[in-house]
Formats: sequence, structure tokens, C-alpha cells
Amino acid sequence: MTEFIQHLVNGLGLGSMYALIALGYTMVFGILQLINFAHSDVYMLGAFFGYYVSKFFNLSLHPGYGSLSAALLCSMVGCAIVGFFIERFAYRPLRKSPRINVLITAVGVSLFLEFGGQLLFGADPKYFAPLLEPGEPIFIGGVQLNRIQLIVLGVSLALMLGLQFIIFKTKIGRAMRAVSFSHTNAALMGIPVDFVISFTFMLGSALAGAAGILVALTYPKIDPLMGMMFGLKAFVAAVVGGIGNVTGAVIGALIMGVAESMVIGYLASTYRDALAFAILIIILLFRPAGILGKNVKEKV
Amino acid sequence: MSETLLEFKNVNVHYGAIHALKGVSFQAKKGEILTLIGANGAGKSTTLRAMSGMLKPSSGEVLFKGKRIDGTRADHLVAMGIGHAPEGRGIFANMTVEENLTLGAYLRKDKQEIQKDLEHVYELFPRVKERLWQVAGTLSGGEQQMVAIGRALMSRPEILLLDEPSLGLAPQIIEKIFEIIVKVNKEGMTIVLVEQNALLALEIAHHAVVLETGSAHTQGKASELLASDTIRKAYLGE
Ligand SMILES: Nc1ncnc2c1ncn2[C@@H]1O[C@H](COP(=O)(O)OP(=O)(O)O)[C@@H](O)[C@H]1O
Ligand SMILES: [Mg+2]
Repeated sequence: MTEFIQHLVNGLGLGSMYALIALGYTMVFGILQLINFAHSDVYMLGAFFGYYVSKFFNLSLHPGYGSLSAALLCSMVGCAIVGFFIERFAYRPLRKSPRINVLITAVGVSLFLEFGGQLLFGADPKYFAPLLEPGEPIFIGGVQLNRIQLIVLGVSLALMLGLQFIIFKTKIGRAMRAVSFSHTNAALMGIPVDFVISFTFMLGSALAGAAGILVALTYPKIDPLMGMMFGLKAFVAAVVGGIGNVTGAVIGALIMGVAESMVIGYLASTYRDALAFAILIIILLFRPAGILGKNVKEKV
Repeated sequence: MSETLLEFKNVNVHYGAIHALKGVSFQAKKGEILTLIGANGAGKSTTLRAMSGMLKPSSGEVLFKGKRIDGTRADHLVAMGIGHAPEGRGIFANMTVEENLTLGAYLRKDKQEIQKDLEHVYELFPRVKERLWQVAGTLSGGEQQMVAIGRALMSRPEILLLDEPSLGLAPQIIEKIFEIIVKVNKEGMTIVLVEQNALLALEIAHHAVVLETGSAHTQGKASELLASDTIRKAYLGE
């Protein structure tokens, strides 16, 4: 039983990192019906922003909450800016183009960032020196937790609550929901639709940036292709939860994280990647719109 | 003669290859109800869309308070004073009535005045006040239309564009909504009313434009059109 709870806790940590990325996928889909394939590479850039900021300011020489917060903030801001530019220059000119053109562009932007990253950062993995010492593990009824796990859970939770607050309690959040319901009707309310779309990209990208730092804190080896598998799983999580639905993305991601952690614990870690696709196939077979997704009729 | 608030000068609108408005010209005077009537597909909604920036005319001029507004973004036109309750009501079905109404005041910062306008909307539509916390998608058609009109009023427009507010509603509800339209107009609001229900519209309007397949077929005083035999035959089903 203790072992099970241990895997559960590990899985929730992993799942909350997936969630931070899945939220960006789902928000952009909600507002533009676009699968932003480049999103997983924004997450990768988040890790690299943190890496270079940390290197430049020698943050790892003074590990602690200050250093971590600084890296987190820089990375979130950096990714928000990248997200802004991706939308502005890759997707916006295609706003009225057929869906397939935009999809191909999204794949193109993703490849551009992945191979641009290899060119710029080098293809070899880099060691992101920890910004926080793991500290003495804490035991709660036999379940072991270290400081990094607690930070990952705490920061993700805080960010998700913050996002929930923005979406449901602020004016810009109300505008985001209006735009994702209908661009034209939102414009008739006086809502600057393009601004709201930019804001949504920036918000989602900032969360991906935070995920980049948290993942690097947990698995310090980073490389320009690190977004491929991790981001893909986050995308699957968004689909499982019901793409377009913010709460669904979190639920889907936690399910993914916990399932993966169980597979690692009880089966073999070699199955961990296959699992994501197994879950995806099951969901697509039995609940194609996802757990919280509405069964929308295909538009004609 | 009162001043012109909004004017179309030889406006053409295309949807791809479809020529939906063919050189339409007319004026809406400050303080009046102008009604656009005509059969389904005549171009009534298209005319409203060209007024509120939902689409850009391919040629011609749209003037609001003497300024060219064709090609101006819809959200900027809201700021300039154009409120549009669109065809099909355009309700945000997944949000509460309260959220829908406050979205109408999105660009405004005068909290106290917004509260005043909310009270005014409640006064006009007591039914809306009762449904404030209900998800708008669950309202009846009539209630949704009330929310749509109330929401457009929340931007405190100088001109209110209403696209077929009677569509799909029971006669008693239509009567109520038309009463409100007259009341809002009496309070000083200029209104452009699109209707397929020509008789009702002509009864409350000051001026009317009859659209036929994208052209302004006839225009003039509503009372005169009501009296005209050709109009009665063609549009009032007599
Ligand atoms: N989004 C659109 N795309 C293509 N054609 C349209 C569109 N909207 C309207 N039309 C066409 O333009 C003409 C005028 O339509 P509309 O303004 O909606 O008429 P009305 O409101 O008077 O019923 C019609 O022939 C209609 O088929
Ligand atoms: Mg119409």
C-alpha cells in the first residue's frame, strides 16, 4: 500500500508538469481550434532560457528559492515572448486559410525550433545544474518526498490556480472565454480579438516555460529535442481530458502522470512511452471528445 | 430636419463571388427608428454587418457622425458608439446572463455608470434580472433576445442595430420586445431595426428602406410605405 501511494505521489508530480504544458495546448485549441505543435518546443526553450540565465548569473552557485524564482520568472517571460512571436508571425497571417495550411505551418514551426535549437545550443544534452538542493527527504507515513518534488507540486498548483483565477475571475479571462466561443460576437462586445489571442498564447507559453524549469529541476539533462516526447504526452493528456477544456487538461495530465508512474513502478520503465498512446487509443475508442469534452458535431 | 447620424453611400459588399449589396445608399437620422425590411436573403443582415465592422464593403462609404468607418475594426466601432445585437442573438451560451451583460460594457471603465445601465436594463427586462445567474444557453429564445438587446445597450451606444429581434418568438413576446424598442428610442436612442416582419417594423419606425436582392428598392417615411399599395402587396402579404 505504501508503495502504491509512493507511485501515486510520484505520478502526481509528473502529471502536474504535463498539466502545465497541456494547458497551453488546450487554451490555444479553445481559442483558435489549432493544434499548436510548436508548443512542446516552447517548453524546451523554457528549460534552455533557465539554463542560460542560470549560467550567466551563476545561479547554481547559490542554490535556493531566490535562484529558482529568478530562473522561473525569466523563463516564463522568455517563453511568453516566444509564444507571442509564433502567433503573430506564423499563425496570424493564416487566420483565414484552410485548417490544413495552419497545421502544416505548426509542424514547420516545431521543426524550426527543434533544429534551430540544435544549431544554437548544440545537439548534445546539457546538464542544468540544480537551482535547489533536494534536501533531506521527508517521510509521511512511509511515503518519501524530497524538496524538489514538493516544489514541483507546489509551483504547478499555484500556477494552475492562478490560471483558473485569470480565466474565471478577471476581465481578460472573460474576454478569452468570449473569444473562444465566437470571434465575431466577441468583437461586437468591443473585445480586441487579436490582442486576446496574443495574450492566450503568451499565457500558455509562460506555463510551458515554467514546466521547462520544473522538469529540468527533476531531470537535469536538457536537450533541444526534449520537447518531442514530453510535449507529445502533454498533448495526449489534453486530448484525453477533452481538448479545449482547461480543467480537462489538468485531469488528463494527472491521469497520464499517475499511469506512467504506476507502469514504471509495477511493470517496466520501457513501457512508459507506449502507455501514453495506449491511453490515447482507449480514449479515442470510447470517448473521442475526451473526459470533459463536449461531443461537438463536426461543423459542415 | 434632424442631423444624419449614419450614412451609406453607394455601398457594395461581396462574399467571394456573391454580390450581396449593390450600391446601397440611405441615411439614419439622429433619434429615429430606421427599419430595413425585405425578403430573406435581401441583404439586411449584410447591411448591419457593414455598419458594425463585421465586414468591409468592397466599395462605397459608410459614414458615422460624418466620419468614414468602412474598414474600421468592430471593437473600435463599439468604442465609437455602435451597438449591434446580431442575427441569431450572438449570446455567449456557456456564460451566465450577468457575464453576458457585463461583456457588453467591456470597454467601459465608469463602474458607477455601468451599474446604472445594468439597473436600466433590469428595468426594461425584469425577466433578465430574474435569470441573472443562469447560464445564458439555457434561456428561452425570448429571454436570449432580451439579453442580446440589453447587452448591446450596456456599451452605451449612440446607435443600436437590431437584427430580426422577433425571429422565432411567440407573438406576445414579440409585442413586449417591440414595446421596449419604442421605449428605448423614446429615451433618445437611434435605432436601425432589421425585420422580416415588415408590418410590425413599419408601425414603429420613422423611416424605412426596402431591400430587394441587394438593392435599396424603395425608401421613405414608414407611414407612407405602410399606406402604399405596392409595398402592401409585396411585403405585407396583401
Ligand atoms: N457569410 C456569407 N457567405 C456567403 N454568402 C452570404 C453570407 N452571408 C450572407 N450571404 C448571402 O448574401 C445575401 C444577403 O444575405 P443576408 O444579408 O444575410 O440577407 P438577409 O439578412 O436580408 O436575410 C444572400 O444571398 C446570402 O446568401
Ligand atoms: Mg438576416
